[in-house]
Amino acid sequence: MAEEVELKVRHRKKIAAEDLIFYIINTIIMVLFAIVTLYPVLNTLAYSFNEGNDAVRGGIHLWPRAFSTRNYEEIIFERKSIMQGLWVTVGRTLLGTVTSLAANALLSFILSRKKFLFKSSLSLFWIITMYANGGMIPILILYRYLHLTSSFWVYIVPGLVSAFNVMVMRTYMQGIPDSLEEAAQLEGAGYMTVFVKIITPLCMPVYATIALFVAVGHWNSWFDAMLYNRFDPQYTTLQYELRKLLDSVSASTGGQQAGTSATASSAATITPVTVRAAATIFTMAPIIALYPFLQRYFVTGLTIGGVKE
Amino acid sequence: MENTTTASQKVKEIDVNKPKFTVKEFKRQWVLVVIGAVYVIYGIIFYYLPLVGWIMAFQNFVYADGIFKSKWVGFDKFRFLFSDDQFIMVIRNTFAMGVLNLVFSTVFAIGFAILLNEVRTKWFKKTIQTISYMPHFLSWIIVTAIVHDALTSTGIINELLLKFGIVEQAYPFLMKPGWFWPIVTFSHLWKETGWNAIIYLAAITSIDPCLYESAAIDGAGRFQKIRYVTIPGIRPTIMILLLMNMGNVLNAGFEIQYLLGNGILQDVARTIDIYILKWSLEGRIMDFSLGTAAGIFKTVVSMTFIVVSNYIAKKRGDERLF
Repeated sequence: MAEEVELKVRHRKKIAAEDLIFYIINTIIMVLFAIVTLYPVLNTLAYSFNEGNDAVRGGIHLWPRAFSTRNYEEIIFERKSIMQGLWVTVGRTLLGTVTSLAANALLSFILSRKKFLFKSSLSLFWIITMYANGGMIPILILYRYLHLTSSFWVYIVPGLVSAFNVMVMRTYMQGIPDSLEEAAQLEGAGYMTVFVKIITPLCMPVYATIALFVAVGHWNSWFDAMLYNRFDPQYTTLQYELRKLLDSVSASTGGQQAGTSATASSAATITPVTVRAAATIFTMAPIIALYPFLQRYFVTGLTIGGVKE
Repeated sequence: MENTTTASQKVKEIDVNKPKFTVKEFKRQWVLVVIGAVYVIYGIIFYYLPLVGWIMAFQNFVYADGIFKSKWVGFDKFRFLFSDDQFIMVIRNTFAMGVLNLVFSTVFAIGFAILLNEVRTKWFKKTIQTISYMPHFLSWIIVTAIVHDALTSTGIINELLLKFGIVEQAYPFLMKPGWFWPIVTFSHLWKETGWNAIIYLAAITSIDPCLYESAAIDGAGRFQKIRYVTIPGIRPTIMILLLMNMGNVLNAGFEIQYLLGNGILQDVARTIDIYILKWSLEGRIMDFSLGTAAGIFKTVVSMTFIVVSNYIAKKRGDERLF
């Protein structure tokens, strides 16, 4: 009897020890994960505040060695194209988010009405668009015919409706009890009144989520600027300007490595490495700054209706 | 006769989801019908018209002549594609990187979700999770810049390798074709692991705690619980996501390959989309027809993947998309 108890105690102690080892290892893995995620960003931040010539030596980690704000001054005051890109990006993010949210919400609304006669056929019509893709070239040709290329509107109009977002919103709206709509209709409210006054106030969480996804998409996009507005610098976007900046830098460092470039090494006080770091931080700053406040919306968006369409 | 009509009426009554079509009902909801019609027009223009553009692949499309006047060439463009070694190579690259991506991102996301779920300290768990999905919101341009910086001769990777004496000279990762696929895969992991894990975490938390308790009574240890409760519990989620991503295997290959690739790496870095871009927009002759043909190939293969994987899932009795 006593032996048995002792065995049990020993067994429990063994489990406790195993648990402890597991927790320690697990914590180490998690901390490593966090370091791998954060370090490159913090490193770029440190470079962006470092004096240019000094940074060439490398060896900067989490803190600038020779502090300077010159890189940011150059980005903001001297590179006109980056500021132009910033305005276009801000404009498309604001306008694009508002219009796209309205367009997605209205479609979700009519698709979530139980009595709508063409509910299933219209759903199918949009679900097909998620899979059948015309491809880059036919779309480009179409936009040219529609005079959407070489214009700001190419950022707004084609992306108004996204079938995926509509499915997420529709799922959410279907969860709202019908009795609310019926009561309003008894009072004489039309469909648009129901949409604006009853459904919309109840859908704020899902609206916020979709709006954030759309806004991040607008902020980060560059390929449309390159594809449709390549020869129209007035419609360039921030990310595309960053891309051009990074591209020119990697071309010049490549030249240095081959020992052919004489011009790159004769650059004045600022080497491109720090300028590009500053541009990178400048571009990601709004997202990083807003991210902690908005992350709960990001997460709910996935769990609302995203898992199973 | 009367019997059959009442039977069908009954069926209609049971099927509440299907509203009955009457003129009265149509008039009552004309607002919905009008709005729906506007969306159909929009959808036809922006999503279905490009599909009509597929006929360009069977022409020698000249922009000035348009679809109606360009010369027909039948399957010539497809014949050219499949005899072009470059195209075969870009198919291989796209497919290889897509599959590497799918496999590793799924495994890492599940692994990360399970390990994070085992963390008991609340604030620590929350902090790690917040950090983990931050990179998802950064653009590929920024991620590429970060990856590029980490891998250059003065970057952190080479610094560590030199410090621990693993290499004697900085290793030029971005000049070695053999390293390109692993770098692309790792970049995806860096950007998306935390984000992909959210869905799995949600699935894990929705597992009935009783299952863990009864497993514990049966004497299951931590790893047995993961093996016999957690993984079977999130299996439907895994299957759904695999199915959804299967169709994206060929779509996953553009931004980072385009941004990170260079002349030395082009044999392993070029994907179908880059091929289209080079032929249709950056070449001396802008061959829109060839780009369209390559795009058709991509869409058709993607859709085949989805249908086939869906069929297999159906056969095996797993979750399926449609």
